[in-house]
Amino acid sequence: MITFYLFLVLLLIPTIWFFYGNKTAQKIKLKNGKLHSLIHYYGLFVLLYSLLPSIFVYIIILVGDDILFSYLINDYIPEKIKNSSDYNKVIVMTQIQNILDGIYFGEQPDWVKLASEKIEHWSNLSLLVNYSLTISISIIGGFLGFRRINPDLRSRNSVETIIIYVLGFSSLLAILTTVGIVFSVIFESLRFFAIIPASEFLFGLTWNPQFEGAERAGSGQEGLASYGSVPLFVGTFLISFVALCIAVPIGLYSAIYLSEYASKKERSIFKPLLEILAGIPTVVYGFFAALTVAPMLRSGGTLIGLDVASESALAAGFVMGIMIIPFVSSLSDDVINAVPQSIRDAGYALGSTKNEVVLQVILPAALPGIIGSIILAVSRAIGETMIVVMAAGLAANLSFNPLDAVTTVTAQIVTILVGDQEFESAKTLSAFALALTLIVITLILNFYALHIVKKYREQYE
Amino acid sequence: MSNNNKNYTLMDAKKAEEIVRSNVKKRRRKDIVLKSIGQFAIFVALSFLVFLFVSIFAKGIPGFFQHYVTLEVNLDQKRLDPKGDLSPDSLYSGDARKLVLEALYKEINPKGRKQKKAAKKILSSNAEIRVAQMVLENPSLLGKTIPITFALDDDIDSFLRGYIKRDTPESDRRINNTVIKFVDVLVEKKLVNYKFSDYILSGSASRSPEIAGVKGALIGSILTLFVCFILSFPIGVATAIYLEGFAAKNRITEIIEININNLAAVPSVVFGILGLAIFIGVFGMPRSIPLVGGMVLGIMTLPTIIISSRAAISAVPPSILDAAYGVGASKLQTMFHHVIPLAIPGMLTGTIIGMARALGETAPLLMIGMVAFIVDIPNSIQEPATVLPVQIFMWADFAERMFVNKTSSATIILLVFLILMNGVAIFLRNKLERRW
Amino acid sequence: MVIMNYNNNNMDIETKTIGNIFTENPKITSRNVNVFYHDKQAINNVSLDISSKEIISLIGPSGCGKSTFLRCFNRMNDTIDGCKVEGNIVLDDQDIYHPSVDVVPLRAKIGMVFQKPNPFPKSIYDNVAYGPKIHGLASTKDELDSIVELSLKNAGLWNEVKDRLQSPGTGLSGGQQQRLCIARAIAVSPEIILMDEPCSALDPIATAKIEELIHQLGKNYSIVIVTHSMQQAARVSQRTAYFHLGELIEVGLTKQIFTTPQDKQTEAYISGRIG
Repeated sequence: MITFYLFLVLLLIPTIWFFYGNKTAQKIKLKNGKLHSLIHYYGLFVLLYSLLPSIFVYIIILVGDDILFSYLINDYIPEKIKNSSDYNKVIVMTQIQNILDGIYFGEQPDWVKLASEKIEHWSNLSLLVNYSLTISISIIGGFLGFRRINPDLRSRNSVETIIIYVLGFSSLLAILTTVGIVFSVIFESLRFFAIIPASEFLFGLTWNPQFEGAERAGSGQEGLASYGSVPLFVGTFLISFVALCIAVPIGLYSAIYLSEYASKKERSIFKPLLEILAGIPTVVYGFFAALTVAPMLRSGGTLIGLDVASESALAAGFVMGIMIIPFVSSLSDDVINAVPQSIRDAGYALGSTKNEVVLQVILPAALPGIIGSIILAVSRAIGETMIVVMAAGLAANLSFNPLDAVTTVTAQIVTILVGDQEFESAKTLSAFALALTLIVITLILNFYALHIVKKYREQYE
Repeated sequence: MSNNNKNYTLMDAKKAEEIVRSNVKKRRRKDIVLKSIGQFAIFVALSFLVFLFVSIFAKGIPGFFQHYVTLEVNLDQKRLDPKGDLSPDSLYSGDARKLVLEALYKEINPKGRKQKKAAKKILSSNAEIRVAQMVLENPSLLGKTIPITFALDDDIDSFLRGYIKRDTPESDRRINNTVIKFVDVLVEKKLVNYKFSDYILSGSASRSPEIAGVKGALIGSILTLFVCFILSFPIGVATAIYLEGFAAKNRITEIIEININNLAAVPSVVFGILGLAIFIGVFGMPRSIPLVGGMVLGIMTLPTIIISSRAAISAVPPSILDAAYGVGASKLQTMFHHVIPLAIPGMLTGTIIGMARALGETAPLLMIGMVAFIVDIPNSIQEPATVLPVQIFMWADFAERMFVNKTSSATIILLVFLILMNGVAIFLRNKLERRW
Repeated sequence: MVIMNYNNNNMDIETKTIGNIFTENPKITSRNVNVFYHDKQAINNVSLDISSKEIISLIGPSGCGKSTFLRCFNRMNDTIDGCKVEGNIVLDDQDIYHPSVDVVPLRAKIGMVFQKPNPFPKSIYDNVAYGPKIHGLASTKDELDSIVELSLKNAGLWNEVKDRLQSPGTGLSGGQQQRLCIARAIAVSPEIILMDEPCSALDPIATAKIEELIHQLGKNYSIVIVTHSMQQAARVSQRTAYFHLGELIEVGLTKQIFTTPQDKQTEAYISGRIG
């Protein structure tokens, strides 16, 4: 609640400055007869001076204090614990945090209590500093801006420059996000590769991170955990392949029909209907796959004497295929429509049937674009998570048989990272290595697909 | 140009015409085949859609209803309110359970411990809380004997719906013959009725399907989307304005643009990793809270908003910009007074579509712990919560038969929200967007 | 050669057109043709004969309906949404708008060259071979090769491209592309070639080459050419028809139309006062 009031105050002070600035500018105008800019720009000028620095400081302290505390608290952790073999900073911090939150059972060591008291003290202090600092900066900033008001102040230009900087700053966030993703993944991956050699990760044929606990406890089961990611990638590509077998023919023929044969009215009905398929949340598809499709395939398989696993690659791939139909159909439709009418006319004027124009003239011309759209669909299928988590299971079998249960990269990432994890263990870190590979693959596919589509567009411009 | 002066004889036109006519039928047939394949493809795709909706609605609509039993409960003041101060503390420690069971026994007359044990399975575990709550809300009921409607246990509900068959051998059945006999008695006395569930919309997460509801998840979703919107809309629009209006065409702008396109292609699960490693790992924010969920979804939605907003801005015809510049407006004034008002419908459309996607997103939220079993309904963005799609994911995993229906019902609720949002987006696009 | 003859034994037609719309041995006879785009009338009651192996120009200010009328002959208007053609057009005793008529053999018989060169994004060879291939005109590779060669020779392009038949047709210059399109049209042995402003996108030198080519082709094919260049009409065609606002105002021998136009509007257009 107190944060809410602080926000009100932080908004109120600049507003007051705004009106005060306006009023002063008005007076100057009455006295001097002229001002460089319109009156409200003087108000805005003061407002920005008051608002921006205080918000900046507020965010810095809000984000920064926890990092600072976690650094300072090191002094309060006994050397004995820091030097012990299973020392884990995250666990210690959670221990301290739990005391702050009032969730603990039994007696806690004295140093933990002391540390939590210290942290509580620091947080209160930091809160106080943050509030008083931001409020005073808001007032002082406004005052400094106010002092600068005079008839020659080019307030409009200044205000515009500041706003453009603010706009530009927000566009940097896109970069910050990418940097955040890349760094968080790369750092953890590097730590993973320090434990497990990259060659084992990339070429190993068994994926079995489950025995981590046993290994750490030194129960003599060393070597049971293995991190060969080949089965995961085979599973991913197997499921994607099944999905493509569904999505490419259906999507492509739908696109051909919609763009060449359908009347305007049919097109306006069917195209949005198909696109609904892409708008359904993936968790719904996952539920559908697990609840309806998988049992159906299983009983259908039994009927013709095939043994279909209850969590088969086929079920997951089938449903994923349904999901990506619109990616193929809509993008191919766009690409086919981008083939100029004049080329169609040339075909028809020679006496071609629609079939001949489509298959012999338009498709060859649109082929690069269609391949691009298929690659985009593949990259989408590879990154898809919920369907495989719910329908494909977690058995890391190295199998090319779509009737078997397989697992995928994304499904493993989710299983490993959901719930509590120890940040230090090879198991947790392996998820980051998987994510890194996933990002690299999807970005390459995406880059390549967009490149093809772009080149293709240029051909007709 | 010597070759131009001579005409080489090609095939005779009459002969050519004959050949063309002779095989035109075959070619027409091929044409019809391709057309039919195309129609078939669309038919198949749309059948999938229908199949999906039918399978979810067929299970989901019954999930909104459940079986109740009405019992005459004696709301004895002393036993309900042992401390006599009508405080929640006192009421919840009272003996409501016994009173409810007594009312039940009166109807079915169980004999011996075994039968009484069986009878206890009929009512939902929530029955006593319901009584306590009723009294808490309306103390004047104390001392009276009134009819109260209780949810039946999910197994009984399954039995009454026919999911548990009477002719299954007793040992393979989740409910035994004694229970079935009692249920028959209740049905015969016309005490059991089937009506719209009190819990599906107003209950929160529970292991008992008969009292589980989506309210907590729904509020969690709304809070998360709120954070997502607050974060992504202003930043996305500001970025779009900057890139379209003010950015110099240089290396940095180019990098930003490539970045935005790449971010749009990154699998959603990766954003979850970002949230886990940066927001929770580095900034030390708590798990499971809508604040972090909203931040993750906000970053995920950002590219969609930026791309659609840029398209909306660049669709404003240059003649309007020229007109504004012509009367001496500055670049910023032109942008804010002329371009943005015209581009707002387009921006909003893109934002709503992005929000709809965020509403249906599950994977990244699993990673930041929004998958926890949270009974309390969240009151703020800093309290642990779950969201609708994650609730669906969790319920889909539960073994109880009735959770299949509940999951489908939750899916219907999610789809209704998505359809509403997309409907608004389509409405905006059709009614407000100007075509130039 | 066209002979003035008003005693045509055809059906009674009402026409406001000045000049003789009939010819001796008509290849195509069009009677009372009306074309509508949705509810807008683009062609109003036009009747005109086209005889075999003549070159006839359709001229008139832009938007006068000359291209629309041209596209009636090979039913290219069918591909446009909301376009309706009334009246009858008879080619070799057959009403081409009769429901039983298939457009495939019709269009094989009537070639068309468009305003902008529109080669397929295929090789030069495949561009020319496309028509014979789909219509099944060549049963062996050698036959196909010879059709391609002869078509390219007749289009005056053979010497320029014979060494690079496999390179893409879109890589040629504009004039070469247009001649490639002509080669593509004649490869299926049509009897009539429709040309829709074939030189409007070309430079003067390329235009001269195409005009010479049209002149040559006129010996073997009926050619209907739409042009907005009166000089071109005067240079290449034997007859000229002047369209204005969807109506056929005047038709006659090119020389007569350009020297002694009967109608005031035609005179105004010829002399550059409207257009």
